[in-house]
This record gives sequence, structure tokens and C-alpha cells, in this order.
Amino acid sequence: MVKKIVTPLTKEMVEDLHAGDLVEISGVIYGARDAAHKRMQALMDAGQALPFEIAASIIYYVGPCPARPGELIGSAGPTTSGRMDSYTPRLLQLGLAGTIGKGKRSPTVIAAMRQYRAVYFGAIGGAGALLASCVRSEKIIAFADLGPEAIRELVVENFPVIVVIDAQGNNLYESEVKKYRQE
Amino acid sequence: MREIQVNEIIDAVEKLSLSANQRLNPDVYQALQAGLAREESQIGKDVLQKLLLNAQVAQEKGMALCQDTGMAVIFCELGQNVHVSGGDLSAAINEGVRRGYRSGYLRNSMVNDPLERVNTGDNTPAVIHYEVVPGEKIKITVAPKGFGSENSSALVMLTPADGEEGVKQFVLSVVEKAGANSCPPLVVGVGLGGSMEKAALLAKHALCRSVGVPNENEKIAALEKELLNSINKLGIGPAGLGGRVTALAVHIETFPTHIAGLPVAVNLSCHALRHAEIIL
Repeated sequence: MVKKIVTPLTKEMVEDLHAGDLVEISGVIYGARDAAHKRMQALMDAGQALPFEIAASIIYYVGPCPARPGELIGSAGPTTSGRMDSYTPRLLQLGLAGTIGKGKRSPTVIAAMRQYRAVYFGAIGGAGALLASCVRSEKIIAFADLGPEAIRELVVENFPVIVVIDAQGNNLYESEVKKYRQE
Repeated sequence: MREIQVNEIIDAVEKLSLSANQRLNPDVYQALQAGLAREESQIGKDVLQKLLLNAQVAQEKGMALCQDTGMAVIFCELGQNVHVSGGDLSAAINEGVRRGYRSGYLRNSMVNDPLERVNTGDNTPAVIHYEVVPGEKIKITVAPKGFGSENSSALVMLTPADGEEGVKQFVLSVVEKAGANSCPPLVVGVGLGGSMEKAALLAKHALCRSVGVPNENEKIAALEKELLNSINKLGIGPAGLGGRVTALAVHIETFPTHIAGLPVAVNLSCHALRHAEIIL
């Protein structure tokens, strides 16, 4: 059973998502990775507005390939989420409701996800061409000088992810790996 | 003395950059299919199916398999009876990378300086490893390296007393720590022996082998097999979401080492094991 959701990701929707749920996301998500997070942190430090409405939004940790002529976007799979851990709690405090990436999150991020109610989705690392086929439009909305690291507004349709960590702190990486571990 | 024009090298590197990034090598495709047949986790099966589908989509659309089209790592075996004419060899390799990443709409992932971090805009410079060999040919391997797996790679200088047991423990600890970050199922490159940098280079070079081709030394081949078995008991599984298929292969390369040392380097590769080569 796949849960289909349309962004923005409201509080009610967050509470209804559980580790292990297969989800297809439609609507606007924001692509941002290392350098964009550093810039967003600088904006917050300076008391300035972020380039997009953070409340109820989903950030996708991605730096896509350029689009070929006739294509909407290039390959666009997830990057390693852990590199964004140091920036994430502050964004969660501002209402960021979901992140999409691959790999573990720090205990600090998970604690902040529980406190501010947010979900961490896993997308398949290395399936960039397949995931790109779910992107309907790509627009750079901030930090264009960062090239592949600029912030992108992505409109996606049935973008396939799995809930890895939910707002209760349940963690699929831990529970599933345990099932298959042999001593 | 045989003459090879730099233009020929530029063209070759451009083509290799494209094929390495856009096409899953047939041995890798088959290894993923074999993994799918033995995976027990439903989520793991689904991930493997999607990775196979991803390779088909990439090939049909001429798209990169992965958005991280990597740092361009190049192995160049230069026959000592070759004369490269018409320009500078390293500049030619870099020009080939520049053209390939532009014509293939591949992502530019290189920054100019580790601390300044301004994107160079053309994915150069490449990291080039030269080896002078007998003969009058040039073998060029383009092995684009994504940093999800590169960042999880590690090196340790063990002592002779640590022995084979120490090697096994270290390899397992690196894979375990990498988890989902390195886009499993992995191919695990291991460099044993030499000096610090030699071990790292051996580990990287081991990733240029076709999946699962064993080391020629029987003892090392047995160690590869044993390590693969142990890694696949970790439970990490495809995409780190649990399962039996955490690695497709372990490739070990060795070199004689110092009486006081046992360097071990582990260079992880994601499931795509991207590399393409040509002999000119």
C-alpha cells in the first residue's frame, strides 16, 4: 500500500506517516544541499528571510545534473543527509516538516524531529535517472551562483520515497537491518 | 617509437566519461540481477528492481545513472615506447573530461579549493594516476567517483601483529559505518600493503575490475570470498534498508610492505561501479 501525499506537509499528515510507509509525494519540494544550507544559515544569523516558505515544506537533498535539451531535469537522486545534520534542527524549529535524502541522521536531528514533528524520507541512492522522471518542473529560486548546489523549486509527481524516521523517532534503518543481521 | 596525437586522447576521454556515467556495465547489471534473485527483504528486492530500471532509463534517455557524476579519476598506463605529440598529455585528459561532462549534461562537482569551495564549472581538474609500462600503447580508464561512497572510505595503518584478523575487522567496520550513505549494494575495494598512499591507490584500482573477478592469488581470493560473506551478514541491504545483499563483491589488491607495517585501505563503490576503459 502506497500512501499518496500532496505538499505542503501539514501537521496532521506528519502524524499519519510511520517508519516503513511507502509514500509517493506530489507537489512542490525544495532542492538544497551543503552550500545552500550554509547560505541559509547565514541568512538566519543575519535575521533575514529564507528564500522559500519553510513552514510545512519538504527539503530534498539533491544537486541534479543539467537537463538535456527536451528534458525537464537531469539525473536527480538523493545525496547523503548526514552532511546537513548540523543545519537541520534550526530549520525544523522554523517548521520544516520533511527532509528527503539517504543515510543516517544524528541523534540531535532525530530529537528535533520529535520535538518539532517532522519526517525523514529515504529515496534510493543511485536511482537518479528514475527519480528524475517524477520531476515535472525545475526552477532555481536562490543562490544561482552555486550551480548544482543552488536552491531549486521542484514540482514532483508521485515521487517514490519511504519513511525512514517518523516523528515518533522510529527508525527503519535500525529496525530493518536488525532483522537481517546474522552474527 | 609510436606517435599518438593528443586529439585522439581528448576524444577517447570524452567518450569514456560519457559511457562510464550513462551505462551500467553488463557485469554490474548481471550482479544486480543475481542479487535480486537471492535477496530476502521485500524492500531490498524493490530497491534492486528500481536500480535495474534506473539503468534502463539512463541508457534510453542518455542520462547519467546518478546525479553525482563524480570526480573524474583516471588511470593512465603509458607505454614507454609511445610519444604523445601535439600537446600536453595531462591537459588533453582534462580537455576530454571537460568536453565529456559538457556534451553529456553531466554535473560539475569539482570545487577549486578545499576551503574556498568555488565550483570550477567544468568538472576539472581530473585526478590522474600515471603508470609507465612496457610497450607502445596507452590504456586509459575513466572511473568517475561519487562522494557518497568516497566519503565513507578509510585507511588504517595496522601492525603486523594485527594480521588477517585485523584486516577483516577493519573492512567490516568501514562497511558498517557507511550504511546507506555509500548506496549499497557495494563493491568493496581493498588495498593491502605498500605504503600509506600505495594502499589507497590499490584500493581504488581494485574498483576497476569487473564485478567479482577474483584476485589471481588463491589465498587472497579466499579472503575476498570470506569478507563478502561476512559483509552480507551485516544486514545493511540494498539502499541500507535491510537485507542480505549489502555487497556484490570484495576486490583486494596487494603489494609487498615494510617489516613494521600492514597498511589497509578500503575504498567503497556504490552499486554502479562506474568505469570505462580503452587501449589506444
